[in-house]
This record gives sequence, structure tokens and C-alpha cells, in this order.
Amino acid sequence: MNASLMTLELCVIGLGLALLLADFWTPAGRKKYLAYTAIAALGGLLIVSFSDNEVYSLFGGAFINDALAIFFKRLFLMAAILVLFIAAEFSSRIAAAASEYYSLILFALAGMLLAASANDFVMLFVSLELITITFYVLVSFQRSQIASLEAGVKYLILSALSSAFLIFGIALVWGTTGEMNFTRLAAVAPQFVESKIFLLGVLLVMVGLGFKIAAFPFQIWAPDVYQGAPTPTTAFLAIGSKAAGFVLLLRVLFTAIPSVTAHGANLLIIISGLTILYGNLGALPQRNLKRLLGYSSISHAGFMLLGVAALSVNGQAAVLYYLAGYLFTVLAAFAVIAIVMNNLDNADISGLAGLNRRSPLLAATLAIAMVSLAGIPPLAGFFGKFLLLKAVLEQGPAHPAYYCLAFTALVGVAISLYYYFGVVRAIYWSQDVADLSPIQLSVPAKVFIWLAIAGIFWLGLFPNTVWNLALGAVQPLGI
Amino acid sequence: MSILTYIFGLPLLAALALIFVPRERGVIIRTIAVLATLVSALLAVKMFAQFVPGTDGYQFEQQVPWVTSLGISYHVGVDGLNVGLILMGAIVAFAAVCCAWEIKTREKEFYILLLTMAGGILGAFASLDLFFFYFLHELALVPTFIMIGVWGHGERKNYATFQISLYLNLGALITLIGLIALYLQSGANTFDLPKIIEHAQVNPFSVNAQHFIFPLLLFGFGILVSLWPFHSWAPLGYASAPTPTAMLHAGVLKKFGLYGLIRIALPLLPQAAQSWMSVLAVLCLGNILYVGWVAMRQKDLNLLIGNSSVAHMGFIFLGIASLNLIGVTGAVVIMVAHGFLVALSFALNGYIYQQTGTLKISALGGLCRQLPFIGTALLLAAMAGCGLPGFANFVGEATVFFGAWQVFPWVTVLALWGALLIGGIYMTRAIRGVLHGPLPEQWKNLSDAGHLWRKLPYALLLAGLLLFGFVPKLLTDKIYPDADKIVKLATAAPVGETLLPAGPADGASVPAPAADALPQTKLENRN
Repeated sequence: MNASLMTLELCVIGLGLALLLADFWTPAGRKKYLAYTAIAALGGLLIVSFSDNEVYSLFGGAFINDALAIFFKRLFLMAAILVLFIAAEFSSRIAAAASEYYSLILFALAGMLLAASANDFVMLFVSLELITITFYVLVSFQRSQIASLEAGVKYLILSALSSAFLIFGIALVWGTTGEMNFTRLAAVAPQFVESKIFLLGVLLVMVGLGFKIAAFPFQIWAPDVYQGAPTPTTAFLAIGSKAAGFVLLLRVLFTAIPSVTAHGANLLIIISGLTILYGNLGALPQRNLKRLLGYSSISHAGFMLLGVAALSVNGQAAVLYYLAGYLFTVLAAFAVIAIVMNNLDNADISGLAGLNRRSPLLAATLAIAMVSLAGIPPLAGFFGKFLLLKAVLEQGPAHPAYYCLAFTALVGVAISLYYYFGVVRAIYWSQDVADLSPIQLSVPAKVFIWLAIAGIFWLGLFPNTVWNLALGAVQPLGI
Repeated sequence: MSILTYIFGLPLLAALALIFVPRERGVIIRTIAVLATLVSALLAVKMFAQFVPGTDGYQFEQQVPWVTSLGISYHVGVDGLNVGLILMGAIVAFAAVCCAWEIKTREKEFYILLLTMAGGILGAFASLDLFFFYFLHELALVPTFIMIGVWGHGERKNYATFQISLYLNLGALITLIGLIALYLQSGANTFDLPKIIEHAQVNPFSVNAQHFIFPLLLFGFGILVSLWPFHSWAPLGYASAPTPTAMLHAGVLKKFGLYGLIRIALPLLPQAAQSWMSVLAVLCLGNILYVGWVAMRQKDLNLLIGNSSVAHMGFIFLGIASLNLIGVTGAVVIMVAHGFLVALSFALNGYIYQQTGTLKISALGGLCRQLPFIGTALLLAAMAGCGLPGFANFVGEATVFFGAWQVFPWVTVLALWGALLIGGIYMTRAIRGVLHGPLPEQWKNLSDAGHLWRKLPYALLLAGLLLFGFVPKLLTDKIYPDADKIVKLATAAPVGETLLPAGPADGASVPAPAADALPQTKLENRN
């Protein structure tokens, strides 16, 4: 066993510990620079990760570094960098323990990196717990705010419940098959497709993962937690935690139990359709922007499940592409929320009134993010949805239920236009504007915003590179 | 680079440039917008003049790979079907920008959206790649909703915005499903339309697949074109829209669905097309008769024009439904003519509304005395609207009727009533109510379109109507060789498939008159 092969994960954990130590010697006014240091270090790791495409496995196959893992690791690093930017902007509200906040983000990132490589149920559970437990703290970080504490408690209870389901499921799977490793499980799973206990175990594992990605019917926590949590946490939940759920879902479904998955198309179709409808319908009456994005994140989980339900290489790659687009889009949105609503206690949509005049750049960024989430060309969201729909329709001739699913997705898109444009409307065309004080942007915030905008347009206009990367990344999954 | 790229790229570039112009510089913003669309329109005229009718394949073609693994490429080109549409679209876009002086609030955003819309739709017409075809149309569609929602007028503005967004997005999304299904079923693994058509010659779509995809395209495109009974978004939407938006949407954007039907659905899905055409013929009567009837009862000039524009779509659908050379050629001619006409009508309405603040027919009257230029133009537009000879609409409608008579004689008889009688009634009634009669006291000091610059957009659109009305050969010569190709593909007997049960549309396979006989026939009709 060679621990140096886990350099990336170890570096991130080391960085988190170093930040905690550095906190002792950093004066209170300069805590922000700790975040920028972490960003620089992660940026370095991201650049290094592009030179390292070696495929290998560790711990008897429990940890695997294949194309899929590499794709997701880059995604997580990028997400963490952007989230740290938001956290630095947000630091005035968590001043008491800003550096703990930064290092918790790094620990969660380490969990996600491990999740990207997990090829074993033990690794899956450990990485998920590392993510979840750090998020307990991150969600309830604003101790003085009732909403944040409430969100923390809700997340704690529901998440613990889902972990219990997950571990129970793992126990059942292991009990029937005697295998923990995904690759070896795939070899023996066909003998057990008739076993009720084995299937129950698989179902319970799905419950645990469904909670992470906020798929129907395990989505109930998302709106409350999104609304109450500090904005950088919400942003990291929306992309990091969800992407970790998806990479594990893909691994379990297509590497560990392909023989079961092949029979599970109907279930996936139903869950995907219901998640889309629930998220979009729930978002319609929302007035709180973070809560709205909570519902919208449910609907996007549903859209990504389209690609999973398609049970095809194109579907899997579309999920990866969609996640990449979602990364830039949703982080751009949360960054604007963090900056604009820094001084507001609740993130009501009316707080956006007059943003157009207060800061045209922020207004345009949020509008672009909303339009991209709605799936309008020429932005990232459109191409992602296009790929997902294409993947689903490809399966139509084999199984007509896919056509129904595609139409459900259409209805979802049509509904979502309404509430996304409601936000755009609030930015540009509010009648009564109370506050017109211009918003000053720090230099890092500007860098961040231009990066996010560039990402959204890049994925919308020049999809070639990332699409080929995504196609390459899903090769190890099989199917 | 192809001239087409410049024609639609210039407005888009100008929109991008406007983002960086400070909003206080209203003059610079307007100048950039006007110049971009003017150059684009001039280039379109140049392209139209240089177009050589009857050559094989596409002209001014350009192809750049975009996403190779999905078979998406940037591919533009024109043939007879879209050359006229692009010319009309570019001129209407210029006229719409000229008419945008009535917008006084948030000019910068308005011009950005208007230019995006113009560039998007011109690009969609030029695209020969299904992905870009959809992509650019969607890019043009979204600004419409925003413009109606923000700069629109009337009490029911919000409802209209909501309705039009919902309808058109649904239509566009259904179309998207249809296009993706087309891509998947073709098996050619490319979004390139000429390649798909070529591939389909050898491996035609199975009849089952055709019957699944064709309704998606027919109704998806149909909703976008306000096919009865999915038309209710149109009149109110146009009545609430700011003038330039209504001009561009009703004039140009709406033709996208019709163009898509002719360009994509007919040649690729011939068997399904043949069996669905009788349905389309009946539905188009809904447009012509029912909506025409509704138009007669309107008390608001904008609603009347909106309804009449929906009614006119019926003639185009009838031309497409006839599935023969004469009918399809006529349909394309009306598409061009109607673009000029409806843009002109909305521009004139916008002028009157801007002067009087109302478009209630009962509140107006005698305006011809105060507004001689606008009044005359309105009269001419109304005459064109009821299909008077001398205007391009007559050429198109007459041609469509000749084509449709061979296939659906009864539908044609009923449609003729709609064209001659119903159209005549509502148009003359509107003219009487608005232009003639006593002039109410409060309109005594209205001012006519003063200098040349104000008159230019109206004059330009009228010139288009009259030019193609008197010399339809300019248009028909270009259209018919390519319409002939489409019709031949659309009426081809199934290859290697079981024959469909004989439907009412089988009459469509009656051989069309020799292609070269057409322009002469038409000219005889004209003179």
C-alpha cells in the first residue's frame, strides 16, 4: 500500500489543519487572507491534477483513481475554490470563527474527493459521513441565528436517519453477498437478483444516496436547510454534496449492481419524473430566494436523474456535463446572494429590487445564472438539458415510458421558466425600490464573478471539450 | 466567411457592444442599433440580388464543426425557401429598430433585447443545422417575453406576458423533442439537415417513427405559428407588445414554425405528412374562418390586426397542406408578404397609439385629415390585408388557392370566403372607423410622421409589399426550384415500406404542373 497515491486527499486535509493552526497567528482583521491562501493552494492542486491522469487503485480496490474519479475530483476542487471565494465575501457574518469555517469546507472537500474514488461500501460510507458531519457544523454555523440552528437540527436528524438507512442497506447487501467491493460485488450480484433481502439492501442504499442528492421522496430537508444555512454552506450543499451523491449513485448503480439496475429502469423513471415535478411546483410560490433555489435544486436533481434513468453512456456523460454547468451557474447565483443580501436577515426576492442600479455586474450575473438554470441558450443550462433530453429520447424506442419521462421534463422546464423569470423581473423591474446604495465589489469578488460568467458561457457555447471529457470519464462505469 | 454570418451576426455583435455603452448615451445606443440593422439589411439585399435561382444545393454556404462527437456543426446556407425570408427579416428588423424611437424608458436594455431577437431569428432562418436552427430561435424568443412584460402596454399586459411565455415555450419545447427524435431516428448521427435528408433518401424513416415525430413537429411548430386552436396567445400578446417587438415577432419570428414545417417536416417525414395534411387543412379553416370572424368583432385596432394576422396564417397552412408545387410556392410567398404587411400594420398602429394613447376604433375617426401619410399607409396596408391585387399578399394567396383547389376543393371554397369576404369586412370597417368620418375634437392637433427619417420604415415595408406584388417573379423564380425539391420528397411513395391506407391527402400525389410553367401562369394571373 502506498499512501503517496492519495496525495490529493492528504494535501487537502493537511491544508485544512494548517489553516486551523495559522488561525492562532492571524490577526482578526486578516482572516480573509486565510481563505485566499486556501484558494491559491487548491488552485495549485487543480492545476497539478491536470498533469496526473494515472489510473490505479488502493486498499485492495476500495479506493480507485479512474477517469470518473479524476473528473469529479476536478469538479470538487473547482467547487471548493469558488465556495471559498463566497465564504471570504461572507466572512463578516461569521467573523468569530471564520478560519474554522474555511477548514471545515476543506474537510468536506476531502470527503468529496474520497467519495469520487470510493469503490467499496465502506469507503462510500466513510466518505459520506465525512461530508455529512462537517456539514452539520457548516449548516448551523451562524449560532446567533435561529434559522441557521433550525436548519442545522433538521439536517442533523434527517441526515442521521438517512445514514442509518444507508448502513442498514450496506449490512443487508454484505450479509447476503459477502462482498463490500463494487467490482467484486458486480460479479456475484446476478446470483442474488431474486433475493428479497439483497434487493431491500440495495433499496436502502438508494435511500441514503437519494437523501444526498435530494431526490423525491427524500427531498423534504432541502428547502428548509437551504434557506437557513449560511449562504456559502448552501452553495456547497447545492453543488458539492449533490455531486458527491451523484458520483456514488453512478458507481453503485453501474459498477456494483448493473444486473439489478438493468431491471430498475421503471423505478428510476418514476423517481426522476416526480423529483422534477415536485421541485418545480414547489418553487412556484416561493418568495425567499434561497428557499426557491432549494426547490430548484430538487428539480435539477430530477433533471440529472434523467441521465441516470436513461441507463446509457450518453445519459451518464450528460449527468456529468450538467453538473459542470450547474457548478458555475448555481455558485454564481449564491455568490450574488451572499454579497447582496449580506445585510439582510432574510433572502426575500424583494431584496433584489433595484440591484440593476446598485451594481449592474451583480444584476447581470444573477440574471444570467437564472436564465441558465431555466435552460435558455446560449448558456450552460441549455446544453446540459439538451444532452439529458437526448439521452432519454434515445431510449424511447426500447421503452415507451421514456417518452412520458421526456414530456414530464418538458412540463418541468416550462414551469421553471415562470419562477426563474420572476427573479429576473425582481432584479430589473421592481417598482418600489427602498435601497439604492451602490454595492462595492472587492477585487477577488470581481475575479470570481467573471470566472463564473465565463464558465457559464463557455459550457453553453463551446461544449466540445467538456463533453469529450465527460464521455471519457464514464467509460469505467460500464454499460 | 459567408455573407449570412454577417447578416445575422451584426445585430448580435451590436447587442453585445451595447452592453458596454453607458446608458446615458442614448444617441450612441440608437445609432449603433440602426447602423447594425441597416448594414445587415443592405447585405441581405445584396445576397438576394446575387442569389442564382435553380442551382443545386445551397448558396453562400459555410460550415464549421462545433461538437463533433454529437454531429453538431455551424452550417448556414440559403436556397429559394429562405432567401426571401432572410431579406424580409432583415428589412423588418431595420424598420423595427427605426420604430423603436417611441421607447423612452430603459432604452439600452430594449435595444439589446431587440437586436438579440433580430440576430437570433435571422440566424435561425439561415441555419442548416437542426441544433443551431432551434438554438438561435430560442435565443430570439426569450427577449420577446421580457419586452412584452416590461415595455408592453394595456391593462392585461401581465396576463398576456404570462400566456405568451407559456404557450410559446411549450411549443418550442415540443419542437425540441421532435427535432431530437428526428436526429435519433435518422441514424445519421448528425444534426446537419442536408446530410439527414441525404441519409433519409437511402434509409427512410420508418412509418411508425414518422407518425410519432410528425405530430410533435406539426403541433410544436403549429403553436409557434398560432395554428388554430392554439392561437389565443397571439392577438392579446401583440396588442400588449411594444411596437418594434410586435413587428419583429409577428412579421419574422412567427414564420419560423412555417419554415420549419416546410424545410424539415415535409421532406423528412413524407408518409406522415401525407396523412396529416387533411387534418392541417381542416385546422387552417379554423384560422381563416373562425379567427377571421373573431377579428370582425374587435373594437381595438391592435387586436383586430393581431387576429387578422392569425387568420392569414391559415392561408399559409393551406398552401403547405396542398403539398404541391403551386401551393408550397404560394405559402412561401405569403410568408414573405405577410412579414412586410403585419410589420407595417403594427408600426402604423404604434404610431397612432403613440399620438393618441388609444387604439379603440370607436374613439378614433377622421384621422386621415390630420395624418395624411400615416392614414394613406394604413389604407394601403388594409388593402393588402384583404388581398387586393398589386400587393404581394395577393400573389401568394391566389397561388395558394390554385394549389389547394386541386387537393381540397371544399376547403378552398370556404377559405376563399374567409379571404375575400371576412377579410374585406373587417379591414374596410376598421378603415372607416379610424380614417374616415368626423374628426373628434381632441385629435385636432395630432402631427403626421414628419421628416423623412420617420417615414422611412413605413415606406420601406410598403415598398417591399408593392415590389413583390408587381414583380412576383423576383420571388417565385427563386422559390419554385427548391419548393419543387421539397414537394418531390414529400410526395414520394414509401420506399421499402408497406403502403399507407389511402387517405384524403392522396390527391396530393397528383403530379404538379411542370415546374417551368409556373411563373408564366402566375404572371398571366397578375396582369
